[in-house]
Amino acid sequence: MRAQRLLGYAYLAPYLIGLVIFTAIPFLTSLYLSFTSYDLMSSPQWTGLSNYERLFTRDRTFDKSLTVTLLYVFSTVPLKLAFALFIAAILNYKLKFINLFRTAFYVPSILGGSIAIAVLWRYLFSAEGLVNMAIASVGLTPVDWFGDPTNALFTITLLRCWQFGSAMVIFLAALQSIDKSLYEAASIDGAGKVMTFFFVTLPLLTPVIFFNLVMQMVQAFQEFNGPYIITQGGPLKSTYLLPLYIYEEAFKKFNMGYASAIAWVLFAIIMVLTLVAFWSSKKWVYYAGDKRS
Amino acid sequence: MTDMTLPKTTARSLDEAAAAKRARMDLISAVVRYSLLFGVGFLMLYPLIWLVGASFKTNSEIFAGAGFLPESPTLEGYIQGWQTSTPYTFGRFFWNSFLIILPKVIGTAISCTMVAYAFARFDFPFKKILFGSVIAVLLLPNVVTRIPQYILFRDLGWLDSFLPLWVPSALAGDAFFVFMLVQFLRSLPTDMEEAARVDGANSLQTLIFIVVPMLGPALVSVCLFQFMWTMNDFLGPLIYISSVDKYPVSLALKLSIDTTEAFEWNRILAMSVLTITPALVVFFAAQRYFIEGISAGGRKG
Repeated sequence: MRAQRLLGYAYLAPYLIGLVIFTAIPFLTSLYLSFTSYDLMSSPQWTGLSNYERLFTRDRTFDKSLTVTLLYVFSTVPLKLAFALFIAAILNYKLKFINLFRTAFYVPSILGGSIAIAVLWRYLFSAEGLVNMAIASVGLTPVDWFGDPTNALFTITLLRCWQFGSAMVIFLAALQSIDKSLYEAASIDGAGKVMTFFFVTLPLLTPVIFFNLVMQMVQAFQEFNGPYIITQGGPLKSTYLLPLYIYEEAFKKFNMGYASAIAWVLFAIIMVLTLVAFWSSKKWVYYAGDKRS
Repeated sequence: MTDMTLPKTTARSLDEAAAAKRARMDLISAVVRYSLLFGVGFLMLYPLIWLVGASFKTNSEIFAGAGFLPESPTLEGYIQGWQTSTPYTFGRFFWNSFLIILPKVIGTAISCTMVAYAFARFDFPFKKILFGSVIAVLLLPNVVTRIPQYILFRDLGWLDSFLPLWVPSALAGDAFFVFMLVQFLRSLPTDMEEAARVDGANSLQTLIFIVVPMLGPALVSVCLFQFMWTMNDFLGPLIYISSVDKYPVSLALKLSIDTTEAFEWNRILAMSVLTITPALVVFFAAQRYFIEGISAGGRKG
């Protein structure tokens, strides 16, 4: 039995070492650094709460960045998930070419994170790009996508919604695992398709909706490549998401202490929202007697 | 509603009318569904199709129309883009990407298999807490550990090398893969492993000769996802790699838009096509593993 335990730890060793060195210690160090002033040259100077005080009372860039980040996350995540679910629900009918469609819809998810696609996006939405050409060809006025603060963030939201494929595949797998007899029972009881969707399908999907919601939210809060390549945070900081601000403070200006403080505020927001999701899940996520979560 | 004007309202003709109506509704809804799917599919894929077409256009033609077929296809964008504005060709940057990806994928596969084996087949103190930590790491935003990691790698003298990109993964740092393999391993029966143990195999032999072959498909998914993510990774190299001769393709592409902004779109688009080609080829060759991989565990993308 003892040998078993030791062996277990032996196989676990890479993870344990990595957990301590690359996650646990850095996690605590960044909390410590957030209370210091540190430029990498001299050792960190303890400054107490002054970083946080500056963030919340005097830093207008932070206000702007935080607002834009929340706007981005709360528009992108619901849009993406609703679209993914909508397409998955259509694909779930007995359609021909279902695998072909599934593949076609999944391709953007494979490529979406790459710099090549961000570069493509930058061209597509440029003043004389493909999107404006299409708009002009149907007789509408071309849109100033990158010059206008209200539009620029939307191009990044569109990029991430374009990548709805992986969420869709998860929804589709869950839809296909729903017991068909439940639909027959609903139909005998006289429920129409819309009623069946909202009262049978949707409750059974809540576990995957919850899973997708948490994963997509954590990810959306860390969006970097899109704004960095496509809009460079502009115009007028309208796409200056917090990860961009952290990156510039830390790796351009080497204000490691201040950047850590911003990172911790971002982390706190993500953690609170994740906890709210987990806590509220007891009320709306339905587990049909199975222990999988 | 022309079918409401029925001549005789016998039960039979009502049935027939209802059946005909249902058939027509089915047809209409099928048409609506298919047109929606084709419409969405077109919108999804047209930018990519266009990208490939545009990479063979001249620079002036790119802004001339929305069609994807080039009027007089040219390799100019590829030839000039490949040369880059640096002393190196894109071949060098592809080689660098390969040098980052290969050790990272191998390290991930080995370390995550070991760790998943420990969680799925052994009992040890604090197992529940430690498995909980896998979930915590999975959800922990990287942004909060990035700065101290950078300082650590600087103190180790690893900046501007590939070590910061390799080592965390070789220590099972990508919790998603550990989680995926544990779930997969738990669903496999253990009788083969017990038979091997009865025959005198030790745990390492059991792992290599029994467990790894059974893990096959899941392990392929892990390697493919890691390949794809590393190929697409931008922030990691951006922070850690500073010499141009060590740039992977993602950084090289960013460099090319910085240096040729607004003038040489054909070169940039041509190189974009090249950088997404490996990922596309791998995806189409092995899409079964991708779809099964995400369906099984969900993913971060």
